[in-house]
Amino acid sequence: MNDSDMQRPPTVPGHPWGVALRTFARRRGAVVLRSWPWGRWILIAMALTFLAVFLVVPLVAVFVEAMKKGWAVYWAAVSEPAAWSAVKLTLLVAAIAVPLNLAFGIVASWCIAKFEFRGRNILLALIDIPFSVSPVISGLIFVLLFGAQSRLGPWLAAHDIKLLFAVPGIVLVTVFVTFPFVVRELIPVMEAQGREEEETALSLGASGWQTFLRVTLPNVKWGLLYGVILCNARAMGEFGAVSVVSGHIRGETNTLPLHVEILYNEYQFAAAFAVASLLALLALVTLVLKKSLEWKVRRALRAGQEREGGPSGVPA
Amino acid sequence: MSIEVRNITKRFGAFAALKNVSLLVPTGELVALLGPSGCGKTTLLRIIAGLERAEEGSVLFDGVDIAGRAVQHRGVGFVFQHYALFRHMSVFENVAFGLRVRPRRIRPDEKTIRERVNRLLSLVQLESQSHRYPSQLSGGQRQRVALARALAVEPQVLLLDEPFGALDAKVRGELRSWLRRLHDEIRMTSVFVTHDQEEALEVADRVAVLREGVIEQVGTPDEVYHHPATPYVFDFLGRVNVFHGRWLKGLQASGSAFPADGPDEAGTVFVRPHQLDISHQAAGSDGFPARVRHINPAGPLVRVELLSEWGQPVHVELSQERYRELGLARDAQVYVVPKEMKVFEADYAI
Repeated sequence: MNDSDMQRPPTVPGHPWGVALRTFARRRGAVVLRSWPWGRWILIAMALTFLAVFLVVPLVAVFVEAMKKGWAVYWAAVSEPAAWSAVKLTLLVAAIAVPLNLAFGIVASWCIAKFEFRGRNILLALIDIPFSVSPVISGLIFVLLFGAQSRLGPWLAAHDIKLLFAVPGIVLVTVFVTFPFVVRELIPVMEAQGREEEETALSLGASGWQTFLRVTLPNVKWGLLYGVILCNARAMGEFGAVSVVSGHIRGETNTLPLHVEILYNEYQFAAAFAVASLLALLALVTLVLKKSLEWKVRRALRAGQEREGGPSGVPA
Repeated sequence: MSIEVRNITKRFGAFAALKNVSLLVPTGELVALLGPSGCGKTTLLRIIAGLERAEEGSVLFDGVDIAGRAVQHRGVGFVFQHYALFRHMSVFENVAFGLRVRPRRIRPDEKTIRERVNRLLSLVQLESQSHRYPSQLSGGQRQRVALARALAVEPQVLLLDEPFGALDAKVRGELRSWLRRLHDEIRMTSVFVTHDQEEALEVADRVAVLREGVIEQVGTPDEVYHHPATPYVFDFLGRVNVFHGRWLKGLQASGSAFPADGPDEAGTVFVRPHQLDISHQAAGSDGFPARVRHINPAGPLVRVELLSEWGQPVHVELSQERYRELGLARDAQVYVVPKEMKVFEADYAI
């Protein structure tokens, strides 16, 4: 292989560059490994070991520990009223936070992806704050904002509005912490889509609302679903921020992650793991959903690509 | 419906995309906006469509100012360079879109929609593809779907933004003459944007040549090609040799004489490659010596690249017969003789 061959990746006619590059990378990788036959197996073994130690073992441990004292204890732990109220609260918080972030995420990503305006980059950076700030600090911000010592505190107290150490506070911090998921998933999809399809719809007489429902939304639906799934996973699993504002009132302001912590601190290990296994199950369901979505999208894309480049397309 | 653009000015930040542009497109004509990228042609088209707002000036349809009318209510069909088909809809649904989104009281019933869409699909010769999705079509087919979709709402005006820009040369050429035939059939006032001078000259009734936000010349293809108003238009419409020089009882351009009359000041000579001839002998004071550098005999004309004595590359196009007659070879010393040319008095740099 001479120099010019090296620079130009082998192209397959009719295939996009990406495929050609990938083929090229695979071949070069294969060459490196062929000169070092053990390398491939050592690399695979390392990756598998790492995966097992850090991902599979902990997950299995949760279920093993949960079952250690048998079904009866497991059942008692998850059916106990405090656990049930934690499940209900967790689902309630997710049921409020996810739709809020869904609506807000669509609006924000649409503005950012489709329009140029002053402060656009600042807004983009602001959206990432919940990701970059530690959740505990997020919780603390809300305590400082609405707590008894804050400026708003006395006013809230006077009007008998309880935010902190109550459900509204938990919902607020969860919305805050999970805000970037939908936006971050949608912006690249919407940017890729561009404005032209929407402008076409408008020129064909569609109203803004019709354009949004019939053109914008169908094009981003997979990205949107993906964002919602991630947002939901985080909303149910959030610990730090919720812990700061919840007040840990058993049966009232305890979400599932908080309940697990309480049980653990009270040395009820089996019960703690039993409740944790519920959360883990929710996470697994989320993962399966996410994977099947990815698979669906990839299949749709591949089907689209294979059919590309049909007849020349010139009328007789 | 006629389109009139009056004194339009548009800025993007500090950049002036259009400077006081006026243009009249008479009813039923096909007008090309021609210019290099960044000259403001697409911006002008988008302002006519209502997708962009001008700072100053007005757009009139049949003499009526439509400044207050949103894009939905202007009755324009707009076709984008990259088709902008709705990728989640079939070809049929793409074309039917404009009818389906109408308010209920003016929406045609399903049967009428079906009939009209099928009629349009047969107009663009895609009836057999109606159930397919955009990703399953070739570029030329997609652009025809985009055209059928724009026509479905029976627009008063058709606006096309580089309609063939994303297609390969062969398909582009064929689609071009097809568009011309289609326009002769439906006679809809149309404006299309292109940077391809050949395309503009071939398809349009009239061509408007733009440069840096200003219209340099408007005229029939014949006018702008044979009687360019400015050096820029001359240069943009086809290949050209440029000689800078001074009037001195004929033009002494770059040390060589050109048989032309004019005042005693700087001037520039424009000669198209086919307006130059090559000979082995000096023909009086006309012409100048040059050396053959490269010959490309493929195609209807033979393209010869020469190097003049003062080091300027010169392009000449000869007929195949003339080329054989001359028996040219690389590095031959010959004379370049202008047959006709255009002289612009002010010195003009390209």
